[in-house]
Amino acid sequence: MQKNIFIAKDIVKQFGNYTALNYVNLEIPEKSIFGLLGPNGAGKTTLMRIINQIIAPDSGSLIFDGNKLKREDIAKIGYLPEERGLYKKMKVGEQALYLAKLKGMSNKEAIEKLKYWFEKLKILHWWNKKVEELSKGMAQKIQFVVTIIHEPKLLIFDEPFSGFDPINAAIIRKEILELRKNGTSIILSTHRMESVEEICDHIALIDKGVCILQGEIEKIKNDFRNSTFLVELKTENLSLPKNFEIIKKENKEYQIQTKDNTSANDLLKVLLQNGEIISFKEKIPTMEDIFIKAVNDE
Amino acid sequence: MNKIWLIIKREYLVRVRKRSFIIMTILGPLLMAGIIILPIYLAIQGNDERNIALYEENTSFSSKLENTDNLHFVKIPAEEVSIIKEDFTSSPYYALLFIKDEENFSLYSNQQVSLSIKEKIEDKITSIIQKQKLELAGIDLQVLEGSTTVIEVETIIIGEGGETSGNAEVSFGIAFMCGILIYMFIFMYGTMVMRGVIEEKTSRIVEVIISSVKPFQLMMGKILGIALVGLTQFMLWIVLTVIISSFAEVLFFDTTSITSESGEMGKEQSIIVSEFLKSLAGINIPQLLSAFVFYFLGGYLLYSALFAAVGSAVDAEADTQQFILPITIPLIISFILMQPVMDNPDGILAYWASLIPFTSPIIMMVRLPFGVSNPELMISMVLLIVGFLATTSFAAKIYQTGILMYGKKASYKELWKWLTYKG
Repeated sequence: MQKNIFIAKDIVKQFGNYTALNYVNLEIPEKSIFGLLGPNGAGKTTLMRIINQIIAPDSGSLIFDGNKLKREDIAKIGYLPEERGLYKKMKVGEQALYLAKLKGMSNKEAIEKLKYWFEKLKILHWWNKKVEELSKGMAQKIQFVVTIIHEPKLLIFDEPFSGFDPINAAIIRKEILELRKNGTSIILSTHRMESVEEICDHIALIDKGVCILQGEIEKIKNDFRNSTFLVELKTENLSLPKNFEIIKKENKEYQIQTKDNTSANDLLKVLLQNGEIISFKEKIPTMEDIFIKAVNDE
Repeated sequence: MNKIWLIIKREYLVRVRKRSFIIMTILGPLLMAGIIILPIYLAIQGNDERNIALYEENTSFSSKLENTDNLHFVKIPAEEVSIIKEDFTSSPYYALLFIKDEENFSLYSNQQVSLSIKEKIEDKITSIIQKQKLELAGIDLQVLEGSTTVIEVETIIIGEGGETSGNAEVSFGIAFMCGILIYMFIFMYGTMVMRGVIEEKTSRIVEVIISSVKPFQLMMGKILGIALVGLTQFMLWIVLTVIISSFAEVLFFDTTSITSESGEMGKEQSIIVSEFLKSLAGINIPQLLSAFVFYFLGGYLLYSALFAAVGSAVDAEADTQQFILPITIPLIISFILMQPVMDNPDGILAYWASLIPFTSPIIMMVRLPFGVSNPELMISMVLLIVGFLATTSFAAKIYQTGILMYGKKASYKELWKWLTYKG
């Protein structure tokens, strides 16, 4: 079984009368990408702030890398918050160095690592520029570098792709995947479901302070299959027995759901009587479908 | 601790390198030096030699009007009067003194005659008339002159270090300076802290930083860093003021001319200077200076934590008004209390105001030049430290919630709720 880098048990957090997190349990597997999903105001940011020890939970326990989460662990965690920025009047290099040293790096080590990453992302020539001279995307790149610079065991990215053009988003995605390959555990919070599908191994879905869904992404997708098939036929006139329902029809493309324990083969048999089949496949739910269904069902 | 140090360093360096800091540091002493030098300069300017044309119709003052170093009376004939009046600019005279009779005196000039010259002329004529009247009454002028007496009461304070001479005026001046400086310092650097917090919040860097350090460390680092900026500026002001003043003294004034100037003035001045030095010796300068630095820092720390809390609660500087008011009220009250405390530095008002931490930084400094007992001073200092710790922990609670609240308009009710949140 895969080891967990972070375990949150029965986390409760209240702000006055408002309950932001209500007995949330999370198990974040090591060396993989964990998608933290949920609608706006679900409590994701609160949870990420608790993991970063920015705020403390009212109750519940937090285990990091096998031990109770300690203050010193912040040096082993990197956090890219959604609300992020830089000192506008400070120079890029000076600022990156400051933030790296705040994470506990020595001056020499910080300069070395920063130069390496600046070089890698081709932003070394920004070193002496002031942040206010940079575009939003450029500043985002610097924030990405300072988040990962101290080579933490656990990285938390909140909407890491926002503000990036597709080219730069791809560069960042590539870097995130490489970090996972090198053994870093990553928590990714985003509303871009296609990114989740592309790079996440596990997900948790939080709604109204409660974790409503958690597990391996493939398994969850499997669970959400609802025996719907995508069929393309030569004919536009299709009539089916009662235990097959046409959910959607677009020209000669159909979405058909099988009912009453009928199988794909049963459907195929019926379809064969209606002429030539161009394509036939099961409709696997997308993360977007799962997200919407799970939240609406709650 | 290492991280707080990093924050202090950044906050300090960023501000000290700012152009506005450098400009303020240079302009401050120039202004201060200007305030000191200008009146002296102007006073000396007024001492240029002046020729006054004198014409009298029915009287005989001219024989009795004595010339002084810088005031020469020149008697002119009647026909010249109209010539001068017609074309004053080309006449060699500064003014024309026209005496009609013993009650009507006029001074003509093409410009506003300086107040000191007007007064000097008035003095001279007054004393001439007085002498005439006394003589008429049959009083011997020599007896009168012999009866003139000047006495000076020396004030002596019996303190722990024996007897020292005091000077209420000097104490007054020092008290006032200290009070004003601390008031200014708290305001200037308190709002600087507040602006710094708002900047971090609006630029959204705050959450990045507090994922590395505790909010309290960030707040204290900022407060201490700015305290060092304040101390640096203050020290530079003192050094530069001294340099500029002494340069200006050498450049503008021939010091020997001041001291040698017509007997009485010089004597009077040297008396004032020696009095001043004597009474300065009566004031415990090391105590005053160390107390100044203590209350300077203590007052600033107490208030700046509150300023930081206000900064954390708002999204823009424009929204700070409603929260700033309760902070500034005790400061303004201290400012208003300065006068009554100086009038009665041992009164009940002065006593309490110099113990309560919100007013003590200003009021104790105002009282100190008049002498405060050591136990009282100690209690006041301890209370200030306690007060600072209290406001800081109170402010830190608001701060750590406030900095993470975006786009929410905070109310007092909201702030109260934040105090109950668990960090």
